[in-house]
Amino acid sequence: MATGGPRMIGNVITWLNDPSHWRGTGTTDGIVTQLERHISYVGIALLIAMLIAVPLGLLIGHTGRGGSAVSLANAIRSIPSIGLLILLVVIISPHFHGRTQAGFIIPTEIVLMLLAVPPILAGTYAGVENVDPAVRDAAYGMGMKGGQVLLKVELPNSLPLVISGVRSAALQLIATATIASFVPLGGLGRFIYDGLAQRDFPQMIGGGVLVALLALLVDLLLAAIQRILVSPGVSGRFSKRADRRRGAAGEADSRVAAVDEAGVTV
Amino acid sequence: MIRFDNVTKRYPDGTVAVDSLDLTAETGKITVFVGPSGCGKTTSLRMINRMIEPTQGSIWLDDRDTSTIATHELRRRIGYVIQHAGLFPHRTIVDNVATVPLLLGTDRKKARSDAMDLLERVGLDRGFAKRYPAQLSGGQQQRVGVARALAADPPVMLMDEPFSAVDPVVREQLQDEFLRLQDDLGKTIVFVTHDIDEAIKLGDRIAVLRVGGHLAQLATPADLLARPADAFVAGFVGRDRGYRALGFSEGHELPHHEEPTVRMGETAPAASEAAEWLLAVDGEAHPQGWINVEQTAGREVTEELLYRGGTLATQGGSLRAALDACLSSPSGRGVVVDENHRLLGSAQLDEVVQLIKSEPGPAGADGDTGTGTGTQGTSGATAAVLQKGPA
Repeated sequence: MATGGPRMIGNVITWLNDPSHWRGTGTTDGIVTQLERHISYVGIALLIAMLIAVPLGLLIGHTGRGGSAVSLANAIRSIPSIGLLILLVVIISPHFHGRTQAGFIIPTEIVLMLLAVPPILAGTYAGVENVDPAVRDAAYGMGMKGGQVLLKVELPNSLPLVISGVRSAALQLIATATIASFVPLGGLGRFIYDGLAQRDFPQMIGGGVLVALLALLVDLLLAAIQRILVSPGVSGRFSKRADRRRGAAGEADSRVAAVDEAGVTV
Repeated sequence: MIRFDNVTKRYPDGTVAVDSLDLTAETGKITVFVGPSGCGKTTSLRMINRMIEPTQGSIWLDDRDTSTIATHELRRRIGYVIQHAGLFPHRTIVDNVATVPLLLGTDRKKARSDAMDLLERVGLDRGFAKRYPAQLSGGQQQRVGVARALAADPPVMLMDEPFSAVDPVVREQLQDEFLRLQDDLGKTIVFVTHDIDEAIKLGDRIAVLRVGGHLAQLATPADLLARPADAFVAGFVGRDRGYRALGFSEGHELPHHEEPTVRMGETAPAASEAAEWLLAVDGEAHPQGWINVEQTAGREVTEELLYRGGTLATQGGSLRAALDACLSSPSGRGVVVDENHRLLGSAQLDEVVQLIKSEPGPAGADGDTGTGTGTQGTSGATAAVLQKGPA
């Protein structure tokens, strides 16, 4: 048993390194195919969740009304995902016949979407709500209309929190999308469930590692998108060059002040 | 011209923030609303651009009732400066300044180049244009706030405690520059502050409001200091008002006597050859400070030896500055300079007191305040500016 740990790691690496596991065989789908499915389950749910949660969060934050919807959405997260999935499959799948997988895909997407909406909604709402009241006041005072204030001021300033909501939703979906394999669908969960069933632990752990890697990569990707989308004025990421200039100007400014002060007295 | 016609603001809980306010802010002048917290000064200001809607009465912009203008249209025609500047954090400085012109449909290129010019006008280097508000100090942000309010060249500006969140030195700088800018621009300005000194320095006319939104007095600064309408105004205008009122008494010929000087860099004379305190000047006769002859005899006059406690009185400036120059001078002799800050001589305290005595009654209380109405704010500012020399 003393060598069990290292040997297991070795076995997982061997499993991951086997090209046939990536391509798949005649009877089983490979990692590549399952990865694509996994990404598509997550992608679709995340997209729908964003389409619902971002506008809703912006609206709730902008009007200051309906904050209870955010708490309600959060409460939904406490429903056990697998339980809800099975319930929805029982309700929905009898309506689909034949070769389509819609009876399983729709319940899966609903479960994932319900998980993704709350963090995005909460992030967006908090983002808008946290916009400095003076900034909002100035925006209206300059003569912006409500919609302009929302889109030109509140949204750009709430983006860091909106995106961090999306990031946390994405992580949760990537982890939870493994349950798609609990109903007979694919995705990286396939390896985990099959590995467990077949006592093929390298496969099970390999599946888990793949999920973790995917989560990491997606988070990095979203972080990069965040850097591009969020204004440096909001993120505080100013260019070094500007900072140096600022230092010089700052000194000049204080010199002016000092000179002014000196001028007062004799 | 902005006219409040019997304006009342009552909140649903029954609080009356502003009570039957009748008031006119004259075109091209600075009208200051001042009063303690809860006096409705900010509420009154915000009713002008309809950030708050009056419960009763109407507010007129020249000959138009503001309630007949769509709020966003109205606000785009009114410059708006608030306490913490409220700059848009996600936009660069130049884009912040260009906000209203862009809303009005000016093309981006022109809006930006106009914004650049405005930055210079409010005393900011063009190098700031591409930075973000978070990279600027509070005072710099407030300058941008003023530039942003001026960008669409609105005839009217509303300023809600714009300088109260910056430190005193920067505040004074901003006030002086603001007055200089106003001299050029001649906007109709309503300015809210809780600081009576700021009100007196900046206002052409001052509206003192008391808690509950009543107008206690509307008067020129000199008038307010000389003749507070009631105990509340007198209390609010506060201590030192006799002294401050001297700030409005200007244009006197200050008596002055020749003052022995020593040039910077020269050797200080021996104690026996001069009075205790000797005035040091630079090559162009600009007073630099006093030296104590007993301590510095025979030494080269350098910056470190200077006592800089004294202020300068400008010939033709205010009696307040003249009095202060005498009181603050270690030698007891007030330094008098000309408009170019060159030394004219020194005045004795009792000579200045004589001048003050020759003033008819308490300064400004002689009924001639009418002449001062139009220029009070400006001249008050001049007094403040002239106390400072170019370095």
